[in-house]
Amino acid sequence: MSNEKTISTRGRIWFEALAGKQAKHVPSVSSVLVADTTLQKERVRFLAIVPDPNNRFPCARQGQVGLQEGWNLAKQVRDAIKADENGEKRAIIAIVDVPSQAYGRREELLGIFLAAAAATDAYVSARLAGHPVISLLVGHAISGGFLTHGAQANRLLAFNDSGVMVHAMAKNAAARVTRRTVEELDKLAETVIPMSYKIEDYAKLGTLYKLIDGVNVDSPEPKQVEQVRADLSAAIADARSGQRDLSNRLKSQGAQKNRSATLVVRQRIAAEWHSNGTSLWR
Amino acid sequence: MSALSTAEAARSRSARPQSFVELNARERAQALLDEGSYRELLGPFERLESPWLLMQGVVPQADDGLIVARGQIGGTDSVILAIEGQFQGGGIGEVSGAKIAAALDLALEDAKKGHPVQVVLLLETGGVRLQEANLGLEAIAEINSSLIALRQHVPVVGVIAGMIGCFGGMSISASLCSYLIMTREARLGLNGPEVIEEQSGIEEFDSKDRQLIWSVSGGEQRHVTGFADYLAEDDVGAIKNCIIEAFARGIPATHRSEQVDDYLKRLAAIDASHQLESSEVRKLWSKEKQL
Repeated sequence: MSNEKTISTRGRIWFEALAGKQAKHVPSVSSVLVADTTLQKERVRFLAIVPDPNNRFPCARQGQVGLQEGWNLAKQVRDAIKADENGEKRAIIAIVDVPSQAYGRREELLGIFLAAAAATDAYVSARLAGHPVISLLVGHAISGGFLTHGAQANRLLAFNDSGVMVHAMAKNAAARVTRRTVEELDKLAETVIPMSYKIEDYAKLGTLYKLIDGVNVDSPEPKQVEQVRADLSAAIADARSGQRDLSNRLKSQGAQKNRSATLVVRQRIAAEWHSNGTSLWR
Repeated sequence: MSALSTAEAARSRSARPQSFVELNARERAQALLDEGSYRELLGPFERLESPWLLMQGVVPQADDGLIVARGQIGGTDSVILAIEGQFQGGGIGEVSGAKIAAALDLALEDAKKGHPVQVVLLLETGGVRLQEANLGLEAIAEINSSLIALRQHVPVVGVIAGMIGCFGGMSISASLCSYLIMTREARLGLNGPEVIEEQSGIEEFDSKDRQLIWSVSGGEQRHVTGFADYLAEDDVGAIKNCIIEAFARGIPATHRSEQVDDYLKRLAAIDASHQLESSEVRKLWSKEKQL
C-alpha cells in the first residue's frame, strides 16, 4: 500500500460529536457507520465511512470507499426511504472523510463501479423523494470516494480548514501523473481554480452551501459542535424549501462567475434542442 | 477520409460488417442515426471550447470532444451523446460534461411532457479530465444525478465500444444506464490498471499483463458476470440492433444499481482473504446463476 494515505480519524470524530457516542456500524461491516437521531425537531440519519484496519477487503482498510462501503451505504439510504415512504422524509447527512475509492483487483472484478453507482442511486433517489440530503465535508473528499459518498447532496457544507479538500485525484498522485511537482501544482491552482486543493477555491465554484469558519476540526469544542448542528439544521430547512435536483449549484454566485462555460452550454443547447422549426417527435 | 464519407460508406455497405470501433465520435453518431436524420447541436462552428486548457498549454477543441446529435434510431426520436476518445483520452471537462448533463435534463423535460426521446451514451473515457479536475468531477456528479432522474421515465442506453473503454467516474455513469452494451474490444472499470498498480503495488495489479487486464475488465467478462447486458460484435449494424432491442425492452423493472440485497448477498459469499481470479467470478456470478 502507498504510504501516502495517512489514516484519518475525522470521520469518526464528527460522527460521534453529532450523532452521539452510541455510533454503531452496520452489522459485520465496521467501516460504515449509521445512526438515527434528531437535530432540533428533525429526524436525521447520519452516515459515515471510517477506516477499518481489519476490513476483509485489504485495499479498503484506510477509509477508502470499496465494494462493501458502496453497497451498504445504498442499503442504509434505501432503508430510510422505504421506512419514510408514507410519512415525513427524514434528513440524511453524510459525514465525508474519504481518501479515495479502493484501488484493488478484487474491487474491479466484483464491480466497484456498480457499488459506487448503487450508493449514488440511493442518495439521488432519496433527494428526489423529498429527503433533504446534506453532506458535511470534514476531511478529504477525493474522486470516486466523493462521487459515491457526499457529492449527491442537496446542500454541501465544508469546514474552512487546510485538511478539508475536494479533488479528482490525491495531490501526490496528480503531481506524478501530470509530471509536475506539488509546488507547481499549487502555483497552477492560483489561476486554474478547479485544479486547486484548497477548500476556499472549491467554494468559488459555487457548489458549497456553506463554508464553516472557526472550528477546530480535529478536536472540536462543545460550542463549535453546537454551531455545526445549527448550520446543519439551517441546511435541512433550506433543502426542504428548494428544488430536489442539483440546479441550485448552478444558480449560485460562484457558478455565475467561475462556471460561465457551463451556463452558456446549458443556454445554447436548450435553444437548439427543438430548433429548425420542426418538432422531431412528430 | 472525411467524417461524412465514412458514415455514408457505412450505410451503403450495411450488409457487410463495418467496424464501429474505428470510427470517431461524430462518425459513430452519424452511423447510428437513421439516414438523413442527423442534426448536430453545439457543433464545432460554435466553438464552445474549454476555458481551462489553453492556460495550461493544451490546445482546446471546438466541440470539446463531445458530440450531441439528434435524429432517429429505428424511426424513433433520439439523442446521441458521443465522447471523442481521441481528444484528451475522452476526459470529462467542464464543457463536455455540461453538454451531457444538459442534454439529459432536456430529455427529462421532454419525457415529463409526454415526448420521450431515446438517449444513447457512447462512452469512451478515462473519467475526469485532470486539467479541469473539480469541474470534471462536479460535471460527473451532475450527469449521474440527471441520469437517475431521466431513466425513471425513458430508458438510457450506454455503449462502450473501445478502444479507450470507460473508466473513472464515468464507469459509475455507465453502471447507471438502463442497459449497457459492450464489445470485446471495450473495457469497463473504476480504476485503470496503471492507477491500481501505482496505488496498491504490482502484486495487486500488474499493469503490463494484458491478459490480466482483459480478463478483469474486458467486455466479455463484464457481460458474462452481469455488469453489461449485451456483448455486441464490432459492427455498426450489430450495435444499432442491440440499441433498438434494448429500447424495445422499456424501462427495467429493477435497475442493476437498485439490486442492493442481491449484491450484498453475493458479496457476503466472497472469500476476500485471497486474490481473486476472473474465472472464479465467472463461476460465481455468471448470468446463468442470476435470477
